Parts: sequence; structure tokens; C-alpha cells
Amino acid sequence: MDRRRFLKGLACSAAAHPLLTTVTLAGSSPALGENRLVVIILRGAMDGLDVVQPRGEAVFAALRPGLSAAPALPLDDFFHLHAGLGGLLPLWRAGELAFVHATSTPYRDKRSHFDGQDMLEAGTGMDVAPAALRDGWLNRMLQAVPGTAAETAYAVGRDEMKVLMGPAPVREWAPDQGLPLSAQGRRLLERICHDDPLFGAAVADALDLTQRDAPRRDAAGTAETATPVEAVADFAAARLMEDARIAAFSLNGWDTHRGQNEALGRPLKALEQAILRLKLRLSPEVWARTAVLAMTEFGRTVAENGSRGTDHGTGGAMVAAGGAIRGGRVFGRWPGLDEAALYDRRDLMPTSDVRAWAAGVMRGFYGFGDATLEDAVFPGLDLGGAGGGAGLLL
Amino acid sequence: MTDRAVTAAFRFGFGLPLDPAAAAPEALLAGLSGPDRAAATWPGVVTPEALVLLQREIGLRETKKTDPDAAAVEARAIQRAGLILQRQGQRATFARALGGAALRERLAWFWTNHFTVVPRGRNQLGWPSALRDEAIRPHLAGPFAEMLKAVAIHPGMLFYLDQIGSFGPASKRGKANGRGLNENYARELLELHTLGVAAAYTQADVRELAELLAGLTVRPADGFFFDAARAEPGAETVLGVEYGGRNTAPIFRLLEDLARRPETAAHLARKLAVHFVSDQPDPALVEALAAEWRASGGDLRRVTEVLVTHPAALSGPAAKVRPPGEFMAAALHALGVSGDEVYGMAEGPFQRLVIRPLAAMGQRWEAAPGPNGWPEAASAWVTPAGMAARIEWAMQVPGRLVVPLPDPRDLARTALGARADAELLGAVAAAESTREGAGLVFASPAFNRR
Repeated sequence: MDRRRFLKGLACSAAAHPLLTTVTLAGSSPALGENRLVVIILRGAMDGLDVVQPRGEAVFAALRPGLSAAPALPLDDFFHLHAGLGGLLPLWRAGELAFVHATSTPYRDKRSHFDGQDMLEAGTGMDVAPAALRDGWLNRMLQAVPGTAAETAYAVGRDEMKVLMGPAPVREWAPDQGLPLSAQGRRLLERICHDDPLFGAAVADALDLTQRDAPRRDAAGTAETATPVEAVADFAAARLMEDARIAAFSLNGWDTHRGQNEALGRPLKALEQAILRLKLRLSPEVWARTAVLAMTEFGRTVAENGSRGTDHGTGGAMVAAGGAIRGGRVFGRWPGLDEAALYDRRDLMPTSDVRAWAAGVMRGFYGFGDATLEDAVFPGLDLGGAGGGAGLLL
Repeated sequence: MTDRAVTAAFRFGFGLPLDPAAAAPEALLAGLSGPDRAAATWPGVVTPEALVLLQREIGLRETKKTDPDAAAVEARAIQRAGLILQRQGQRATFARALGGAALRERLAWFWTNHFTVVPRGRNQLGWPSALRDEAIRPHLAGPFAEMLKAVAIHPGMLFYLDQIGSFGPASKRGKANGRGLNENYARELLELHTLGVAAAYTQADVRELAELLAGLTVRPADGFFFDAARAEPGAETVLGVEYGGRNTAPIFRLLEDLARRPETAAHLARKLAVHFVSDQPDPALVEALAAEWRASGGDLRRVTEVLVTHPAALSGPAAKVRPPGEFMAAALHALGVSGDEVYGMAEGPFQRLVIRPLAAMGQRWEAAPGPNGWPEAASAWVTPAGMAARIEWAMQVPGRLVVPLPDPRDLARTALGARADAELLGAVAAAESTREGAGLVFASPAFNRR
């Protein structure tokens, strides 16, 4: 099938598309049941080899003399965790944190952040031209579930989240935004905007969302202090405690070409805070039904470059957290670091499609069949028969 | 005030009111000739000022070893000095938008965004302004190759895309320190600055180009420096062409070749049309721009002339959304705020009324998310949070800048001319305060589209 036309057709008449089967729902209340999926896009290409370090590889230290000199914490007898994520070790021990190593999108060779991120968020393969990547895979998943309301899915923060955008209605909001207007001002504003195809919906949502208060829950009862990342996680958690089942946001700053030991500190801290804050703000029952998947556009070069950093690569790592995750292990077939085992003799060889892991979670959480996942949500994905991409969930 | 002139003012300037001297689109072109008076009137940052921060940072490393307390004081002082430079550059940008030749300023914004640099750390805070004034503005109406070359030897770009950390693996210093290449600038030079990602270059081209660029670096005492001791020995082959020779000569030859390539023409023709006219531009406009680019070898004056006079660029609906910076400059322009007033604004008000609102609208000024600069698609800007921030600014800030505010109905006509329809004029008249009436003008779709 011509994938471009297929995608276009999807965008126009999702509900009527024959490949989109109606889903048998796990729960009763909102259309997606009780399970929560949080997707974090790590923009800039996270160095999976530095986050989950294969210290058991004989050549690892020699390939990365400066990077491997920094402290790391053993996860098992082969992999070590970057010390910058040390705050997540209790989750690892509790079985609520896992990693998938040597995974990637189907994106290959040009190593462009922007095309790489577009492909990651579109959930498509190399057979779809970048310009044809119109909607995101989380949106296509929502399209496959009749009767989801906009309130079901939230893009949080001020970054564009293509992964969630498309014909299915979703909400977008940044938690720190207010809107001081009189009642009359609101009415007039609505009047001059509501017929505009570009501005109508956004302004209506802005008016609606600024009239609500994000409910706050602090388990420890301490004073509210939140970093910007924590504020995003707080807002996402508040929505997930109510009607939302899907949330997506970005964490930036992973493009560490230079001085990586220092440069990686801030984004790792943000990732750690985001995960810990979600756990804190979600009730234990909801956390038990939550999967957080943090994925990036590609990995980085196996060898350290000329400036104590790394350049754009191919295979990378995904972070999975949540009470619903089968944690305490590193998933994915490890390809090794010998030169002959590398992609293009320079990058970690991807041994799995990152989309398959997300598809496995969607199947386990929401009951999608492989046909829906392979044809509609992730066009071109091969789950390789029953159970492909399974294992991340308990 | 013809429709054509109004369309040109929205697409190629900062909107209405119209400069009487620019009553026709062709007249906009006159603004590209002659000395850069706006830059002279409202100066930004120059390289020697930006370098002082770097020199102090290097001195700080020594101080840290001997006197940690003094080092902490000095670190804060460097930060303060950096912020002063950064803010001077930012005020200059908006002052020039209000007081300069509209087309020249919009082109400066476009090309500055094309060659995005973002400071990383306190000692780099002067570079965006210095790069804009030294490498971009002098070349807005000249050969693209000259801009490309000026950028390639500007410390701002060499820092931002990590070129200063790249060493030819077989060079004297590469071998002595066991250091190698950093591919960042080489890749973005092909992908973003010239050919575009759709062009047929390979990882091997990126690698060879990185080897070719290896001598480009920065010396704290005097800025750009070609370091032969880190340049990779021998010739490099990029896109099938061999580049050999000494110093920057082979690099400049390569940049001249890249500037003239048909892939570069196609990539930048489309980028210009998308930015100024429509997210889905008329193919005839794109081809006319590309054809002029190919015929002139990338002469930006001639390409710009095609852009501002092509029928497809002066017709059709206002389908683009003004990005936040343009929204801000257009609103200040409609309110009659002058370049001198913005340039003279105190730090607190400038942050509160301009820079922080821009961040809330989605544009952290001079801090684009990546080297590809700001997004073009309307959907990237028209989000509920982004719109709420525009509405908040529209309702609260104009009344603090202009006392008293004009009658909102007059403001609607000043800012929008015939684009203010009966519904908008009715809503503005029905507002319960002048403040909200003025706010409705700037929050309206008509003002946010161009």
C-alpha cells in the first residue's frame, strides 16, 4: 500500500477506516479504562550508552576514556546506571524501573535531530517521507478508540508535542499560565475567535483551562515548591488522577557533543525529577496502573569524540518506569561493542524497534490487536506474531 | 493604502501603520540599500565585548585554585556582565524593528534564525547579538556565500555548534592529545544551513567536511583563529569535489560551492516562501525564488526582490501566524512605541513587559530549542497556553506602555486597517474598558495572522 496515501486517509476519516478495529475495553469508566500511559520525548538524542553503561564490555572504557571515568552505580553485573539518575535506584530495586537497550526507531543514516524526532513522534518508518508525517502515534491510538473525549489526553508544557497531535481531540496546556479577563472580555474574545479555524479551538481551550485550578496533592504535606519540570509532572499527574489516561511532555538538553560529563547532569536531573514527581503525585493505586516511557530520537556514537562528548548515532536506550512496569531489568538483545558488531562501524546496533515496546504496552493496557498496532498506530511495524514487543508490563 | 501594500506590510514588515515611504512593495526594497543606520543608531554587541567574558572566565579558573571566595564573586560578576550584553542586544533588536527599514529588519530576523546560535553559559551571552551584527546584517542584500563565510568564522557559531572542540585526528594537536573530530557543525552546515536534509549527502561527506573544518577555532585574546596545528592534513572530498590547500582557502571554496548548489537554492527558496508567505506556499513562488537563486548564484538582493514582488507573495489569505517576537514588535509598532523608547527601557520593565511574555508565548528569546531555529507551522504557536499568553499580554501590557491608551476602535483601524471587520469593531466597541478593548485588538485572529 502507498503509505503516504494511507496516512492521509487516516487523517481524514479515521473512524471509518476499515483497519481501525473497535477495541474491547479493559475497564468501564472512560473509554481507555484505568491504565495510564505517560510518554516523555527526550529531545536532542540521549546517550543510552552513558545512561545505562555496559561496563561488562571489555572495550567500553577504552572507547570512552573520559566518560567512563565518571561514577556510575551497578544495576547488575554487566550494566551500570549513570550516577545522575541515582535517585531512581529505589524504583529499580522495587521493580518499578526498567530500561530497553540497543533500541531505536526505524530512522537511519542521516542522523538529523529534526527528522529523527519527527519519525519518533509520527511512529512511522523510513518508507514515509518526512513531510508526510502528519499525525502522532498517540493520536492515532486515540483515533482507534471510539468515544474518547479531549480530556483523555494531555500534552503538557510549552513544547510542541507532535506525538499527540492529529484529528483525535486532545488537550494542551502549560501549568503556569493564567488569564486575567472580565466575564464580558471572555465573551467578546470568544465571539471574535470562535469562527476562526486556526484560533477558535485554542482560545476556547485557553478560556476553559484558565478557569480551573489544577488540584494539588502533597503526600508529605510539605510546602509547595516545584521546579519547572516538577510543575509539569504535577499537572500531568493531576489530570491522570481525573479523566486523563494519556499524558505527553518533552525534556530537552540531551545533545551532548561537548563536555558530556557536565552537560548530562541537568537533563538527567530533570528526568529523575519528572519520574519521582509522577510517583509522588499519583495515588499508589493509580501508580500501579501507570507506565512512563521516555524515548529519544536516536543514540550517540559508541566512541567518545574529540571534545569529551559524543556525536549523533543510531541505537539508544528507552527508560520505562511505573507500577505497571516489570522493572529491575534491562530489556533488549545486547549486540556488543566490537567494531564488527556496530552499525556503520560507529554506532550501537539497534536490535529492536522502539515502537514495538510501546505497542506492547498499548496492547497490554488497552487491548489493541496486533493488526491495529501494525497498520494504524505504527504503520509498517512488524511485531513478529503473537507477543512481539511484550514483556515490559507486569 | 492598497491591498497589495497592506499585504506586503504584514508579510514583509511589522504590519500597520504603513510607512508612507513604503506605499508599494517595491519601495520596501529601497530599505536594503545604503548603510545600516538602524544598527548604528541602536548598537548591539561587538566581538571584543563578547570576548571579555571568555577572558574573564579563563582567568576565573586560576582564581578558583587560589581563592574560592574571590572566584565566587567573580563568577557572579561575569554573569552580570553577560546579562547586560545580552539585554543590550535584545533591546537593540526590538528598537531596530520599530525604527528601522521594515524589510531589512525582517530579513535580519529570518537569516539570524536560519543561523541560530544559543548561548551556553554565562560567558557566551554576547554571541547572538555579535553574530547578527557582524555576520548577518552586512550580507542581507549580497551573495549568500559571503554570509555563509562570515558565519563560519564567527566565534558565536564556532562555540554553539562545538567546532572549537574538533581536532583533525591526524593533526599535530589531535595526535598529541589523542583528540578527534566533533561532527556537529559539519552536519548542520549541510543539513540546515545549505543543502537541506533531503539532499543526497552521506555520513562520509559529513566526516570529510568535519575534517576540512578542523582548523576553525577561537582564541580568547582575539576571536576567530585558524589553527593549522589542529587542521587535518591533506585534501578532503565533499560531495565528490576535492578541497585541498592551506588555511581557510579550501573551506571558503567549499562554502562558495555549497551556496550555489541547486539543492541549496531549492531548500532556501522554500524556506523563504514558507516563512514569509504560507506554510504551504504556491509552487510557482518557490520555483521563481529557486530559479533566481540558481541564476544569480545566491544573490540575496535579487532573490528578495522576487520574493516581495511575486504575485503569489502579495495575494491569498493571511494564512501564517505571527510568531511571538513579530507579534510583540507589530503590537509595539501599532501602539506607536519608538525605537528610542525600547532601547532606553530599564531592565525590569523590559524583562516584565517584553522578554518574559515572549517566553510564555512559546519563544524564549535567543534560546531556540535547537540549531534549526523556531518552528514555522501555525500549529506550533496557536496552542491554548501560547494563546493565553498572547491574550494576557494584550490585556495587560499596552496600558502600561501608552498612557492614555487610544480609543480601541481607532487602535483597531490603525493596527488592522480594512482587516478589522464589523464583528471585531463591534466587539471592541462593546468592551467594558479601554484596556480590554485594546486587548481584543491584539488578541484577535486578524492581528495574529499575516
